[in-house]
Amino acid sequence: MAAKVVTVTSGAAKVVTVTSGKGGVGKTTATANLASALAAENLKVVCIDADIGLRNLDVVLGLENRIVYDLVDVVEGRCRLRQAMIRDKRLPELYLIPAAQTRDKSAVSPSDMVRLCDELRPDYDWVLIDSPAGIERGFRNAIAPADLVIVITNPEVSAVRDADRIIGLIEAEEKGPARLIINRLKPTMVKREEMLSPDDVLELLAVELIGIVPEDENVTLSINRGVPIVLDGKSRAGLAFRNIAARLRGEPVPFLDFNDFLDFNDQGGLLGRLARLIRPGGA
Amino acid sequence: MSAILDRLLGRKKKSAHQAKERLKLVLIHDRTDLNPGTLELLKDELIAVISRHVDIDPGAVRIEMTQDGRQQRLIADIPLNPAGRRRVR
Repeated sequence: MAAKVVTVTSGAAKVVTVTSGKGGVGKTTATANLASALAAENLKVVCIDADIGLRNLDVVLGLENRIVYDLVDVVEGRCRLRQAMIRDKRLPELYLIPAAQTRDKSAVSPSDMVRLCDELRPDYDWVLIDSPAGIERGFRNAIAPADLVIVITNPEVSAVRDADRIIGLIEAEEKGPARLIINRLKPTMVKREEMLSPDDVLELLAVELIGIVPEDENVTLSINRGVPIVLDGKSRAGLAFRNIAARLRGEPVPFLDFNDFLDFNDQGGLLGRLARLIRPGGA
Repeated sequence: MSAILDRLLGRKKKSAHQAKERLKLVLIHDRTDLNPGTLELLKDELIAVISRHVDIDPGAVRIEMTQDGRQQRLIADIPLNPAGRRRVR
């Protein structure tokens, strides 16, 4: 489980694609938070929403009101690349290239994505691509320029199955080995043996882990507000995403012991904690 | 042994364990395009071919898929009957 060191040469961006196969497992949340965590370290980061027709990275980052041009406008030459890049207000080193909302995935090709990322590489440190769900054109667009592909899954049967499929496709496209994020882990359920443990998932998928993110209600709050959770110093999920960003930068951060999170977010919330204060040992 | 005890006591296996066991089988078939039916067919044909050359007990033949990292392996375990105990036809 040792973190693989990713070397970074200054001024030559590393392109990282976040993908999953199954929808709704946390691709966009992970992309927004890893990009924000890297930018918070004063690294120059561009994130690209490759989910054309189902744009969402803009709202998770809280930049939805500032879109003028999008990815398809760049590809079709209606604007220059820099014109489509929205600069974040909180993190001045963070930029977003939004997806087009009224087009479909066929408007962009894998070679368009390679060309676009090659144009960004000299001037930035990281390019993060949010892949659409599925194994079709949108997925192929998203992984085409990638130096590293991160697969995100939940500890659930259907998500793990789809992750396995996508890992196979990444290897077939010679973009492997993929790295794995296990998202929305519920430590109390794992302890009761009612949820696959990180070890179970790793044994099944046989890939290298880059992070485990515990279930955390604060993620919903952060998306409601359009403020990435990594900017919340107290959130467990925020800490987990900051650790993943550090591992991307090559820091050997140890994996969180999910036993530390027991009873934190997924058992009764405030009332449950109050009840346990009144009646210790009761839960 | 504990599985037998669990069944005697009417205890169900924990659902995480079921999830893992089910996924193991599903992933083998997803990765190889080899479904249980094809595997049975393969086993029958393998027994037929090998029986033509050596004496085997078809009931003892085991064919299974194993996982070595992301590599799938087909393992055939075919015990041979000792020549001395061969039936006289």
